[in-house]
Amino acid sequence: MSDDKAIEFRNVSRTFPVKQDNLIGEVKAVDNVSLEIHNGEFFSLLGPSGSGKTTSLRMIAGFDRPTSGQILLYGQDVSNLPPYERDVNTVFQDYALFPHMTVGENVGYGLMIKKIARSEREKRVDEMLDLVQLLGFSGRKPAQLSGGQRQRVALARALINHPKVLLLDEPLGALDLKLRQQMQIELKAIQKRVGITFIFVTHDQEEALTMSDRIAVFNQGRIEQIGSPAEIYEHPLTQFVAGFVGVSNLISGDTARRITGSDVQFSIRPEKIHLDAMDGRPDPETFSAEGKVRDVIYLGLYTRYLVDLNGGGDLVVVEQNLKTTSMDVMKAKGQNVRLSWKKEHASYLGG
Amino acid sequence: MLNRLSTYFYLRPRVVLALLLLPPLLWFLVVYIGSLITMLINSFFYLDGFTGKVIHEFTLATYAKLLDPTNLQIFRRTTLMAACVTVACVVIAFPLAYFMARFASPRMRTLLYLAVTLPLWSSYVVRVYSWKLILAQEGIISWFSRLIHIDWLLDLYLKLPGIGGPSLSVSATGIFLVFVYIWLPYMIIPIQTALERVPKSLLEASSDLGASPSQTFRTVLLPLAFPGVIAGSIFTFSLTLGDFIVPQLFGNSSYYIGKAVLVYQGTAGNIPLAAAFTMGPIVIMVVYLLIARRLGAFDAL
Repeated sequence: MSDDKAIEFRNVSRTFPVKQDNLIGEVKAVDNVSLEIHNGEFFSLLGPSGSGKTTSLRMIAGFDRPTSGQILLYGQDVSNLPPYERDVNTVFQDYALFPHMTVGENVGYGLMIKKIARSEREKRVDEMLDLVQLLGFSGRKPAQLSGGQRQRVALARALINHPKVLLLDEPLGALDLKLRQQMQIELKAIQKRVGITFIFVTHDQEEALTMSDRIAVFNQGRIEQIGSPAEIYEHPLTQFVAGFVGVSNLISGDTARRITGSDVQFSIRPEKIHLDAMDGRPDPETFSAEGKVRDVIYLGLYTRYLVDLNGGGDLVVVEQNLKTTSMDVMKAKGQNVRLSWKKEHASYLGG
Repeated sequence: MLNRLSTYFYLRPRVVLALLLLPPLLWFLVVYIGSLITMLINSFFYLDGFTGKVIHEFTLATYAKLLDPTNLQIFRRTTLMAACVTVACVVIAFPLAYFMARFASPRMRTLLYLAVTLPLWSSYVVRVYSWKLILAQEGIISWFSRLIHIDWLLDLYLKLPGIGGPSLSVSATGIFLVFVYIWLPYMIIPIQTALERVPKSLLEASSDLGASPSQTFRTVLLPLAFPGVIAGSIFTFSLTLGDFIVPQLFGNSSYYIGKAVLVYQGTAGNIPLAAAFTMGPIVIMVVYLLIARRLGAFDAL
């Protein structure tokens, strides 16, 4: 089934030499990464800056080469092929539109390089501009476009060659929030329509959760976890993933032993925790802890409670303001409360 | 008092602007434009051949003289020289500028920048004279060509009509070499600046879309560096058109525009003809810039 794998990383490492205080060392941007990306998938590389996600993308594009290991594109080793011999195209973070060419010339650039006849080229440029809803913009210069429009031109230019894989390097980073959310939905729709494998680099966990079929979470040149958005969010395998994707309470040591009976570290999402008054007995199907509300932060859509646990440690709890008003929730401050959550909602962490 | 003056100016930014612009505007109008206009007016006067006096009457006779075959030949020769010098400067400057802009470390770039501009610190005349020693009959080049036994090649080259001469130091080739040497920095710096402003991602995007390095060079890098090339060529072209020292020191009897101006206004005292000659390079530069604009040199600005 090698056809099913669009991209495969086999023990890929990339080190860069660094010089500091006259000492020459090296930094491992990508550290022994193995990875499979399936045909037709929307796959996100998620991580903070310097985690190796962009270097990984650049190695797929061919702008950078692995120090060791292999990168396969549909079964073919492309590790040492130059970018212009790889059937992948890239949407750049700064869009990288050619300022001296019109929108039409930008989009048709790949076809012009392939020496496709002008009439055919213009037809396909128009098709692409139609796909990104910029029909009629062909004669303009990139400088005359808004950020969102440039983004679409960059997308059209990268898609016109029908690449086997499309690489997107934080393409929405420069857009404002509203436009970004709109483009997220549009990108996903376009991907479904063209059926091309999309590899999407982002540091925005919400963006990754919104758009991806699967996500690889990068940290310090390694992959911490690969999985669907739901798996990553609900069952983070490492402390890093629990902290980076969404907000988590991390509980370890004595506090963990008091609650679960074992000192294995676990994480629990703030929205999974119920906040109740101290009456009644705790449900045996749940984990529970008692504490005192130190702070209440009203955020409109929901309220965030900071609870000091009796015996040490604290937890963040989030509750939607379904029936409560800001006046109601503020009363909780200083109250003694019982916190409880279903046992399966706790994720035990390895690292 | 001072405080009130400051407040007065703060509330009237236009007055401040006017005061600031007054000296440069005066300088520009009187010294630059004024002398240009004086020259233009002078070029419409003529020299009385008998008395040797300039007659202050409007005439086109002086310009008609420019169309003499000898004078036309001077224009042709100078323009051809300026074009050759410019092309040679681009060919030599581009790779160095490319290296400085793309590959050199910041430290290396500073060093190269210094090395490129360093010759400009020393006297132009000294540098030109030192080339005399390099190109002279018993100079470094002929010594070296004897050393590696290619002096016959040098002799053969010097026998070529038009570009040869008694020695390299008295030939069009000598003039060409010295011009290329002294104007090269003026070509490197603008090209380097233009190349530095081309984001690396544009080159990556081009190769990502299937363009080979030579295609990327032709379709992306060169068009974007073109304004820099044009800026540099304005220097090399116009400086070559007007220079009179190099043709004087390295030339034979054939005139160049600068040398002709020098001789007409100095030795012969024919100020109108010298002025008319000087209008030549201005017209040539205007035509040159119009062609450059037609080629799209300023589109990317």
